[in-house]
Amino acid sequence: MKFVNEYRDPELGKKLLDRIHKRSRKPARLMEFCGGHTVAIFKHGLRQLLPENIEMLSGPGCPVCVTASADLDRAIALGSLPDVIITSFGDMVRVPGSRSSLQKAKAEGADVRIVYSAQDALTIARDNQDKSIIFIGIGFETTAPTIAASILQAEQEKLNNYYVLSLHKVCPPIMKAILDMGEVNLGGIICPGHVSVIIGSHPYQFIADEYKIACAVSGFEPLDILLAVDRLVEQIESGQPKVEIAYRRGVKPEGNQPAIRLMETVFEIGEANWRGIGVVPASGLQIKAKYERFDALKNFNIDPGPTLEPKGCICGSILRGVSTPRDCRLFGGTCTPENPVGPCMVSSEGSCATYYHYGDSHGR
Amino acid sequence: MEDKILLAHGSGGKLSQDLIQSFLPDLANPILDKLDDSAVFDISGRLAFTTDSYTVNPVFFPGGDIGKLAVCGTVNDLAMSGARPLYLSLAFIIEEGLPVANLKKILTSIKHAAEEAGVKIVTGDTKVVNQGSADKIFVNTAGVGTVPEGVDISATNARPGDKIILNGNIGDHGIAVLSQREGLKFHTPVPSDCAPLNGLVADMLAASANIHCLRDPTRGGLATTLNDFAGQSKVGIRLEEDKIPVDKAVLAACEFLGFDPLYIANEGKLAAAVAPRDAAAILAAMKRSKYGVGAVIIGEVVAEHPGQVVMNTILGASRIVDMPVGELLPRIC
Repeated sequence: MKFVNEYRDPELGKKLLDRIHKRSRKPARLMEFCGGHTVAIFKHGLRQLLPENIEMLSGPGCPVCVTASADLDRAIALGSLPDVIITSFGDMVRVPGSRSSLQKAKAEGADVRIVYSAQDALTIARDNQDKSIIFIGIGFETTAPTIAASILQAEQEKLNNYYVLSLHKVCPPIMKAILDMGEVNLGGIICPGHVSVIIGSHPYQFIADEYKIACAVSGFEPLDILLAVDRLVEQIESGQPKVEIAYRRGVKPEGNQPAIRLMETVFEIGEANWRGIGVVPASGLQIKAKYERFDALKNFNIDPGPTLEPKGCICGSILRGVSTPRDCRLFGGTCTPENPVGPCMVSSEGSCATYYHYGDSHGR
Repeated sequence: MEDKILLAHGSGGKLSQDLIQSFLPDLANPILDKLDDSAVFDISGRLAFTTDSYTVNPVFFPGGDIGKLAVCGTVNDLAMSGARPLYLSLAFIIEEGLPVANLKKILTSIKHAAEEAGVKIVTGDTKVVNQGSADKIFVNTAGVGTVPEGVDISATNARPGDKIILNGNIGDHGIAVLSQREGLKFHTPVPSDCAPLNGLVADMLAASANIHCLRDPTRGGLATTLNDFAGQSKVGIRLEEDKIPVDKAVLAACEFLGFDPLYIANEGKLAAAVAPRDAAAILAAMKRSKYGVGAVIIGEVVAEHPGQVVMNTILGASRIVDMPVGELLPRIC
């Protein structure tokens, strides 16, 4: 298969880096939105190669990391109900909630199963008609259409034992929320890659227009990211912020319209609880009333108990770009991938796990 | 004979006898054929002794099955101590309901793998458990071999200056198995690399006895093996990313799943730390050997950053190559 080595070509990489070094003069703080971007940057050591006047910050684009403790507690409470099978993406089961995790709940007897897609959850629902199957729906616009499709398929098949706990979040509103907090002074944003495959590049236009911040949509290969940085540097140096796509093989300005329609059929925009940021209006996807018989929140009575945040964990300010994992007292000591305190250390795309695994110029 | 394995096949009675008798022609040798309670044989010299249990889902995968894996895995564990593998034990735990035809297929693989590796199965056991108490079939093998005079291979033996050699593409086995897994099926042209490596190790030792560390990077992948070398020998390891061979299809699968080939399992690969002055001779011997054609020097042992593996990336930066934590899980976003 093509499309991997081509985007890791050292010669092209050096050319891009040369161009960035030549053009970049102004100090600029860039945020890579996605956890996947952070991983790629660390895995290929890109921070070490960029000019000193460019500072890279990790953003909130890790679906596991931004799931609030309160929402995890709900998922765990749902799992403790009789005759319920919880289905979840893998990373999610290890994230600590207030008092437990799905993994611990499983060890204590809850039926928690890791699936690779909502389609697998549907299969489990078909095979276990005497049980209620609840899919923990996390993720951004990337995964939401597939989960919408699973609900439509369940309806078509008249499956009455399939439910979704929709914790889905959408990206542009949280970008706006972070900018409005005014905590980070950004010159440019490396906009989400896979999310933009679905929503396109238009939804980021307000960032360039209203906030005068450069935007470039990037993929996840090192050349994708270097090209995006190159575009951001060009915009910053010329003083003309706009939205560019540095990931043309995946992203069209208008996005993927059938996927958007699918999402809009099943979900409506509502508030969402972001870890470390709080409840942000119009930043989540809730299941529409028409499909409420698939909505886990509307069909089960649970008491998740009071929410407790892990003491000393600064995942929240890391997700806002205000702090780096290195600023956290727990990092690498109390909090490691084996024994994570906060979600950013659990997810393979979490900032803390990425800093820990790959290290930076300071080592681990 | 029944077409499915029944609980009665493990009862010790007539059905058990029939089942065992049906195995024998495939595995026949004078020691096994006696069917005594233990295998009795002469052996002299320094012994290497190892055991491993095998579970794999699915049981049959491109390039092999649990039977081939169970023989090659234990043969390779012996070979990684520099031992010449001689005898294996073979024990099955079978979930009732397993098609007898599948068991036959697994036995045929075991026969072929044992023949290729030049080892004899000399004792065995079969148990059958209730449905749900095991997943289709579990296999355990133990093996003994002899270590030639002058061979001293251990993960504690790496020294600064040693060259790190790998015998070919990494990640083939893990991706071949994953590609067949329920809920994750995807097409990949890459079969598992499952193979007995004792011949390769013998060829390497014939070229030089100055092989300090040898290990087959199975679960946890190359990253884990090299971290073991670095940790146990209290040295650093410096890798060159552009030297590490990965099949394009494996790289592509890793990309869409969000995996790093350094952490993917192999079943026919070895990593070695060898004395620098003998590295060229060992590498040449490997390239002439059936399972060493793709051999390449991927890095070296250094005195700096003891316990840590650091890789120079393709673009000229560097990063830590850490131990993996827990199960590899596909990306969500």
